[in-house]
Amino acid sequence: MPGSVPVSITVNGSKHECAVEPRTLLVHFLREELDLTGVHIGCESTLCGACTVHLNGRAVKSCTVLAVQADGQEVTTIEGLAPDADNLHPLQVGFWEKHGLQCGYCTPGMIMAAKQLLDDNPNPTEDEIREAIDGNICRCTGYQQIVDAVQHAAEVAGAA
Amino acid sequence: MVAFRPNSVGKAIKRREDPRLIRGLGTYTDDVKLPGMTYAAFVRSDFPAGAIRSIDTTAAADHPGVVAVYTYADMDGQVGPSPVGAEMPGMGKADHPLLADGRVLHVGQPVAVVVAETPYAARDASSLVEVDIEPREAVVDVEAAMAPNAPKVYEELDSNICIQIPVPNPEADKLFEQADQTLSMRLLNQRVAPFPMEGRAICAHWEEGPGKLTIWTSNQAPHFVKQQVAMCLRIPEIRIRAIAPEVGGGFGAKIPTYPEDPLLCWVSRELRRPVKWSETRTENLLGMTHGRGHVEKIEVAFQNDGRVLALKGQTISELGAWRSFYGPFIALSTHTMSCGCYDIKAVAWETFAVYTNTMATEAYRGAGRPEAAYIIERVMDEVAAATGLDPVAVRRRNFVDKDAFPHTTASGAVYDSGDYEKTLDRMIELVGYDDAREAQRQARDDGRLVGIGVAAFTEVCGIGPSGGTAPHQRMGTWESATVRVEPSGNVTVYTGVSPHGQGQETAFAQMVSDAFGVGLDDVVVVHGDTDQVQHGVGTFGSRGIAVGGAALHMALTKVHAKATRIAAHHLDAPVDQIDYEDGEFTVAGTDRKLTFRQVAEMAHLWNVAVPGEEPGLEAVARFEPPGTTFPFGAHLCQVEVDPESGQIEIQRYVAVDDFGVVINPMLADGQRIGGVVQGIGQAMWEEVQYDDGGQLLSGTLMDYAVPRAKHFPRMVLDNTVTPTDVNPLGAKGIGELGTIGSTPCVVNAIVDALRPLGITNIDMPAKPERVWQAIQAAGAAQ
Repeated sequence: MPGSVPVSITVNGSKHECAVEPRTLLVHFLREELDLTGVHIGCESTLCGACTVHLNGRAVKSCTVLAVQADGQEVTTIEGLAPDADNLHPLQVGFWEKHGLQCGYCTPGMIMAAKQLLDDNPNPTEDEIREAIDGNICRCTGYQQIVDAVQHAAEVAGAA
Repeated sequence: MVAFRPNSVGKAIKRREDPRLIRGLGTYTDDVKLPGMTYAAFVRSDFPAGAIRSIDTTAAADHPGVVAVYTYADMDGQVGPSPVGAEMPGMGKADHPLLADGRVLHVGQPVAVVVAETPYAARDASSLVEVDIEPREAVVDVEAAMAPNAPKVYEELDSNICIQIPVPNPEADKLFEQADQTLSMRLLNQRVAPFPMEGRAICAHWEEGPGKLTIWTSNQAPHFVKQQVAMCLRIPEIRIRAIAPEVGGGFGAKIPTYPEDPLLCWVSRELRRPVKWSETRTENLLGMTHGRGHVEKIEVAFQNDGRVLALKGQTISELGAWRSFYGPFIALSTHTMSCGCYDIKAVAWETFAVYTNTMATEAYRGAGRPEAAYIIERVMDEVAAATGLDPVAVRRRNFVDKDAFPHTTASGAVYDSGDYEKTLDRMIELVGYDDAREAQRQARDDGRLVGIGVAAFTEVCGIGPSGGTAPHQRMGTWESATVRVEPSGNVTVYTGVSPHGQGQETAFAQMVSDAFGVGLDDVVVVHGDTDQVQHGVGTFGSRGIAVGGAALHMALTKVHAKATRIAAHHLDAPVDQIDYEDGEFTVAGTDRKLTFRQVAEMAHLWNVAVPGEEPGLEAVARFEPPGTTFPFGAHLCQVEVDPESGQIEIQRYVAVDDFGVVINPMLADGQRIGGVVQGIGQAMWEEVQYDDGGQLLSGTLMDYAVPRAKHFPRMVLDNTVTPTDVNPLGAKGIGELGTIGSTPCVVNAIVDALRPLGITNIDMPAKPERVWQAIQAAGAAQ
């Protein structure tokens, strides 16, 4: 590819060495190069949160991060949250138990945004949860059951 | 019809859909990857109206990685016109091309499509297509478009008025003369964007060998897509497979087959390669159908005791630049539902649907009913204000009595069942209404602008009897289900509905579990694939359970009856001596029994033939509903307005709804809360805006405000149960109810907060700026 640059990005624990166009967005790199299609695109402008992943443990919206910015860094996507169906992350359990999703399109980003919250604040209040997911749009649920899901996750994680 | 013991139905079972979705393993259309894939990007009109002087695709075609560039000239005569287009007698109509055919009618209309080896190359090259347009004056405002001398969207038509349907009523005229009082209002139901989180996405794959086209499309009704694409490409429908894989929300805007659908199918056939396209959010706001867009005028005749006698209304519906799948029909349902929960003696109405140089409008969560509920619920509050009565008292005075069902309204709707007092009573009890009003009085005494809004509404669900279906739809509005039992006793359900978040994989598994005594894990529900599923219709009009579930119930009943006959033969007993409970067939009064799984094995093994029966255990059923259902609800919202900024805080929201029998209350709550929030979005923030020249001003998330988590308090929900006899489940439908109730409820609360200032209406969206201006104007007037 003309003008492409090498990158080395560790995604969900596996190191990937590829050549990318400098303008390649991280979300496209994850979806197209690595087949991590759980990362969704909702607005291409950082405003909806569907593409939220963790970059070095912090939630970022991968539609406005360049793949080259992730060079040498660690990325976690929804696919990397649980090793298998029997070992779900507490947030995945919470979303399932509390009906925190309907169409499921915002869900991976919503879970990754909520993970940032619980990483920082293991026992958030409802207001803190609503504030933390304010950068993520869900058009189906009306958010209440997402709040319930995050609270449930906090309880599950706290009990573990 | 058999009633199965509800072991699972009625319980809050967590969803069967979720394990894949919470791990990012769902397959949405853009996730489909095929060898040899190409990628499309559209060149869209920057002008709302004009003649195309020239299109130069040379630079785009020469761009590295570009496979092809197509304009109307390339496809003329081979494909199209656009598959959209509701038909009605006397309608002003014109064909709509898949790509602009020498003229453009709205900003965002596809003019050319660029196909390339990568999405980036397609997008790059699309910016190299030079489209020279001679602009002409656009008509944007719907009322201006009705003027005799207005610029015409379609020069070949007599006017911009697509339909004009007057329903005069001399009885209404008489009641207006007799009434103690009358009032009139002009109500705007602004245009909004459906904004599913997944925009439109299409992957079309023509396989030259078998002569077969497969289209994955983010759509609510793939069987419609198959028919529409067949008509548009002029190939037999038996060569088309339409798949709606995971669909990331629809809300009505994914009912239609869009011009892009058949166009990309044609491109794939031309190239003999698969082609994929996912719209950007800006394309979504430009080119996905919008909702609402009504101007309504309403006159009300009422008595001093709050009794509403008659309505005279007018609906002016913005169709946009072309007839969408249901657009012109939606305008008419506002009149049909104009009476709401109330026993109004006479209604006169006139409905217009009008072309403008804007994106087409289509069904959006409620589709005509929210407009009707908005009118009558705003009216009830103004009648309360005019008579000095409490808004709740006025509603009670006008309710259709619970013993009066089925009830035919003055606007011709036939309500199946209802008990509006019961639901309202429950809401009043939950809220502590008198205390809430007292607290409001104290707040007002302290100078605070606190408002309480109520809405008591009904709507129409379970769409619906097929009579009147437009021929272009090719399918009525019945629904289908196949129940296929495997030799093991595991069950596959093939449903014609096409859920996209509603949770029918779970609700239907619950029904199967109750019918056959199998576990939820032993059931798979297949949907959204026309090669797997028998003919069906789709998910819209709150019909998934009320019509699709009813079809499933019929199929389960058929299979159950056959299983009973097979069991009887094997147990050497007459059929009427067979008792059935929880998966076991027992000869009455004995311990001789067979499990459902044993019967399933016998039905397939067939080493003992059952006389008069075919082997196997499978049934298909189609349910044609004899009528529609009318769920209802009573909502209350409390808001406080900051007089300094016009900011509105939603302090409380209580919803008591009645949607008949419930399959899964957790899923029902999800539909309701989501619907309420979506309706509040329209009341408070959302608005598709075009400027006077026809340019879209709300083309990104910076300009189009959708509800976010911190806008809302925790909502309080409850429900009453008034079954329907329109379907064997007694279920009414739930998908649109929240949206229909919440919009007028919130606006009533805002107006209630501002009424002490002399303000009697706020047009939606009640943005802080608009509220602040109203407060300033009211202050200046005093």
